[in-house]
Amino acid sequence: MGRIVVDVMLKPEILDPQGQAVARALPRLGFDHITEVRQGKRFVLTVDGEVTEDDLAQARDAAERLLSNPVIEDVVSVRAEASATTGATSEASATSGASA
Amino acid sequence: MRIGVVTFPGSLDDRDAIRAVRLCGAEAVSLWHADDTLHDVDAVILPGGFSYGDYLRCGAIARFAPVMDRVIDAATGGMPVLGICNGFQILCESHLLPGALIRNDHRLFNCIDVRLVVENTATPWTRDFGRWQEITIALKNGEGGYVADQRTLDMLEAEGRVVFRYAGSNPNGSYNAIAGVSNERGNVVGLMPHPEHCVEEGFGPSTDGRGFFTSVIAALAAGTGLEVRQ
Repeated sequence: MGRIVVDVMLKPEILDPQGQAVARALPRLGFDHITEVRQGKRFVLTVDGEVTEDDLAQARDAAERLLSNPVIEDVVSVRAEASATTGATSEASATSGASA
Repeated sequence: MRIGVVTFPGSLDDRDAIRAVRLCGAEAVSLWHADDTLHDVDAVILPGGFSYGDYLRCGAIARFAPVMDRVIDAATGGMPVLGICNGFQILCESHLLPGALIRNDHRLFNCIDVRLVVENTATPWTRDFGRWQEITIALKNGEGGYVADQRTLDMLEAEGRVVFRYAGSNPNGSYNAIAGVSNERGNVVGLMPHPEHCVEEGFGPSTDGRGFFTSVIAALAAGTGLEVRQ
């Protein structure tokens, strides 16, 4: 069983009210060196077997068409996580830069 | 005159939209999200609500409902389509309208009456209004901030496609105080406020919402949209 991780962030020029709300709460907890927070989304897609190049291509397509809205968001990475069965912990594939 | 109102899982205002259509003199036709036909309607309304629980992004999942393929085809062919609130979000996710709606800048849910200026009366949904007429209708949403890149905003302004603009204070941080826009052809219009809640005396702040429905009925009677009936 393989996993593909897709990270989506609001474009830098789009206002992020949720991130702002988090940023305003941080100083109350003593985290006073953080000047800005941007909140994004992570999707973990599971496929049968090892993650193939075809799986990654499909994930990139899904990321562009459904998981993100290109008007306001960027797909910042689409990458395979190493299979748990191999015991490896490193990530298998570099970021795709799909919409950068 | 048959005006379809689509119900998605989580739609809230489909019944009010149907009632508004009937009160203004047209036949209302319920369309189901899983339909793959528009049942011979002459125009379509995508109502407000929280389709698919607003999961992922507002309107993002509804955009791929089977009925939306038919709506997109019809809209591209010139059929009048109105998106209200969640319906506006669905039209933006479908790329029938430019831009997107994000969380209100103050992060609070709005449930207020708003004043709008009608800036474009050439659409089938606004022809019964006067240009620059001010109307008052209800606004109720958490993600009503209209955003688009500067190039798109400039294009909308230059082409007169800002159909409605908030008068007075901006209730949600919408860029350029935009409350509603149209596509290039003008047949597809979306807005965040709710005309369907403002069609009867004693309910809502005005009956200004009637103009949306009487407009499209008049437009259809004049032939606009009938040629693409399907």
